[in-house]
Amino acid sequence: MQKLPKHYDTIIVGAGIIGCATARFLGQYNLNILVIESQDDVSCGASKANSGIVHAGYDCYPGTLKAQLNAEGAAMYPILAEELDFPFKTNGSFVLCFNEEDHHKIIALYERGLTNNIPDLKIITHEEAYNLEPNLAPNLHSALWAQKAGIVSSYEANIAFAENAAVNGVEFLLETSVINISQKSKEIDSAQSFTVETTQGTFFTKTIINAAGLKADIINNYINDTTETILPQRGQYYLLDNAHRGFVTRTIFSLPGSKGKGVLIAPTVDENTLIGPNAEDSNDTQTTRSGLDEVLEKAKMSVSNLPIHGRITTFAGVRAKHASKDFVINEPISGFFNALGIDSPGISAAPAIGKKLAQMVADKLNPGLNPGYNPGRLGIKRFSRLSFAEQAALISENPQYGHVVCRCETVTEAEIIDSIRRPIGAGDLAAIKRRTRAQMGRCQGGFCSLKLSEILSKELGVSEEYIWTC
Amino acid sequence: MDLLIVGGGPAGLSAAIRAKEEGIEKVCILERNTHLGGILNQCIHHGFGLHIFKEELTGPEYAQRLIDRATELCVQFELNTMVTDLSSDRLVTCISPKGAKQIQAKAVILSMGCRERTRGALGIPGDRCRGVYSAGTAQALVNMKGIMPGKRVVILGSGDIGLIMARRMTLEGAKVLGVYELMPFSAGLKRNIAQCLDDYDIPLKLSHTITKIVGQKKLEGVYVAPVDKNRNPIFEEEQYIPCDTLLLSVGLLPENELSKKAGVHLSSITGGAVVKSDLSTNIPGIFSCGNVLHVHDLADDVTLESYRAGSAAANFIKQGNPGHSAIKFIEVQPGYGVRYVTPNFVQENEQVELLFRSDGIYRKPKISIYDGDRSVKTIKKLIVTPGEMEKIKISTEGMKSCTVLIENSE
Repeated sequence: MQKLPKHYDTIIVGAGIIGCATARFLGQYNLNILVIESQDDVSCGASKANSGIVHAGYDCYPGTLKAQLNAEGAAMYPILAEELDFPFKTNGSFVLCFNEEDHHKIIALYERGLTNNIPDLKIITHEEAYNLEPNLAPNLHSALWAQKAGIVSSYEANIAFAENAAVNGVEFLLETSVINISQKSKEIDSAQSFTVETTQGTFFTKTIINAAGLKADIINNYINDTTETILPQRGQYYLLDNAHRGFVTRTIFSLPGSKGKGVLIAPTVDENTLIGPNAEDSNDTQTTRSGLDEVLEKAKMSVSNLPIHGRITTFAGVRAKHASKDFVINEPISGFFNALGIDSPGISAAPAIGKKLAQMVADKLNPGLNPGYNPGRLGIKRFSRLSFAEQAALISENPQYGHVVCRCETVTEAEIIDSIRRPIGAGDLAAIKRRTRAQMGRCQGGFCSLKLSEILSKELGVSEEYIWTC
Repeated sequence: MDLLIVGGGPAGLSAAIRAKEEGIEKVCILERNTHLGGILNQCIHHGFGLHIFKEELTGPEYAQRLIDRATELCVQFELNTMVTDLSSDRLVTCISPKGAKQIQAKAVILSMGCRERTRGALGIPGDRCRGVYSAGTAQALVNMKGIMPGKRVVILGSGDIGLIMARRMTLEGAKVLGVYELMPFSAGLKRNIAQCLDDYDIPLKLSHTITKIVGQKKLEGVYVAPVDKNRNPIFEEEQYIPCDTLLLSVGLLPENELSKKAGVHLSSITGGAVVKSDLSTNIPGIFSCGNVLHVHDLADDVTLESYRAGSAAANFIKQGNPGHSAIKFIEVQPGYGVRYVTPNFVQENEQVELLFRSDGIYRKPKISIYDGDRSVKTIKKLIVTPGEMEKIKISTEGMKSCTVLIENSE
């Protein structure tokens, strides 16, 4: 194991999208930063299992942190996606209204959007809506169209933030749990302001960012006398084969009705169709028959001809809700920063939250700039998205691009190797999947996982048996 | 190029052999793997080739017989080659470490085989933990890599690969706790139930399913329950079985993504191409055979079918579209008790073998072919099950329509 210095300017607890976005923005400063993550990869919690939506921002109540940071975050995504080369698309969203009596709710949402400074909102008739989305359910009355809403691969954005942070000197310590935080001195300029005990040793740091998601209450409660509670909320999803691409092209929401909040039907950046989530009080990521049935039933209220036979997987994610129903971003102890309750629209707001937290740390520590700071990052080259001529050119440059490993998503050996060799590279089959899409397709890795383990084994110098049975 | 064959498993090899034997000069197989033979390579058990080679071969031996014959006939092979596109005028786009290229073919045979239905497609609720494999993936792990995925095994589905793997895992020292089948009958061959389950005292639980998968990171156990007549689980009788491996043998799906790109019409029942009796599709010069057409029980059946596809492609290359428009075709309809029949169209006045599967178990039935109300042929069987493909040879002389159905079952 790499020998790590024990003293840091900032320790970030949690390598989800909030922790990694913060690390990315802190990378511009001349600071010693460590990100500690209990799982074996970045983006293993709510950041990998969510709707992947960049909400336009009309939904949040004006004056809340959610309203402010959603709007800011949504505006940052197109620029960040360019800069850090992760999949994002502005596809627009609809909120459907199925009866005239509810039309005032659409108007209210529209007006709330105006208050929140959300651009390009439009109320459209059912004819306009059906023209744009032919698979909407019958008897539609009207819809709110938010043209600036987007979709993002949240785990790829998370990974992009992490890689860029790492390139700019941020250290990552994976498979490490924080087991206690204490403070000898309440003085910020004390060199050993916080003591962070982990399963991999003890570290000292001037500042701490608590971005621990579902466990953020535990992290807070180690040090803060004002205890917090995270309320885990599970949501279940279906994912459909990209053979059904175009079933909807915009993200389809519906107004909350007598049967509660609806579910969304959305394309993903990889042209799958995502359906979900429901909301249940639960701390585990199990799917359940009743939960999946509920999702399906609700989806059928919004769309017709749902090709559910084309599902390739189901999954559940758990969001970290706070009792206030708003994000909690605070500094309860000088130098200790919380990001609590980052549930929906957490992905949308993540860049803005990261930027805000980074600013809070910078204001505290007054650091100099990182002279070697590189704000950009090149992602893994996606062979399947290239033209025939581009593919041919790439293969002649590197024949490993001519070896298709994942047949369903056309992922090549060169991409797999890249995913393993880059900073915070893939260390197991699941990490390769999140970085390259190999195993994400309709065979769910049935064929390619065997080839992947061969490549991983060669690259990492471990036995294939270890990869399969560890 | 005269004939391009997509996929070098038993179907592609057999089709290539026959086309060569019938005098086609340039025949090339495009194979995405590093070796020919397809899934046969991981089927190290014996029992292949009884019909064609008159002896019991293992899968790799069977494949080698075909590879040797194809090599002798100077069939060309491009390994590590993935076909990424196919147009309706038979322009094939493929990539390999040697480069990306496009090849114009006079005829194309689609023989890409099938893939396994996954846990995700079934939507089995529970944790997403490691230790859940499709049976064929586990077969490749054990037989090709020598890696045992676990020690206590539950198998869902009684497809042939699942049955074979029950025996295989047992022989490798694992405890196979049971095979659970949703339907009231097995999807596998009778001989596999006898030789792979009964001989090893592995219980087969019909009308059962897995209701939940449990495991934090690795599989810890599964819940199983019997199902009622509507295949809904009876949760009162749910039972927890601790295990570290779950194998799924819940159906094979023809891999026709490439066929769709060329505009080939697919059957909504089999997922394979809609074909005429010469295995031609709706796209002139494109043929389909083997498990990409419909899932077979026996490699020998694949080989025989693919010989016919190779022969038909050879004819097409020699004569162009042999006046298909002038030939009258009769659509073959599945009737009572029949899930599907292939081919979907037969010619007037030909001797043809119809292959079909029943939709359930029928004891002492008659299998009948009707032309309208007129019975054309009837054969008696002791039993018909969905796990065993049925074959019936008919002459279509004078037929105006064709329906296959099951009658007089006990």
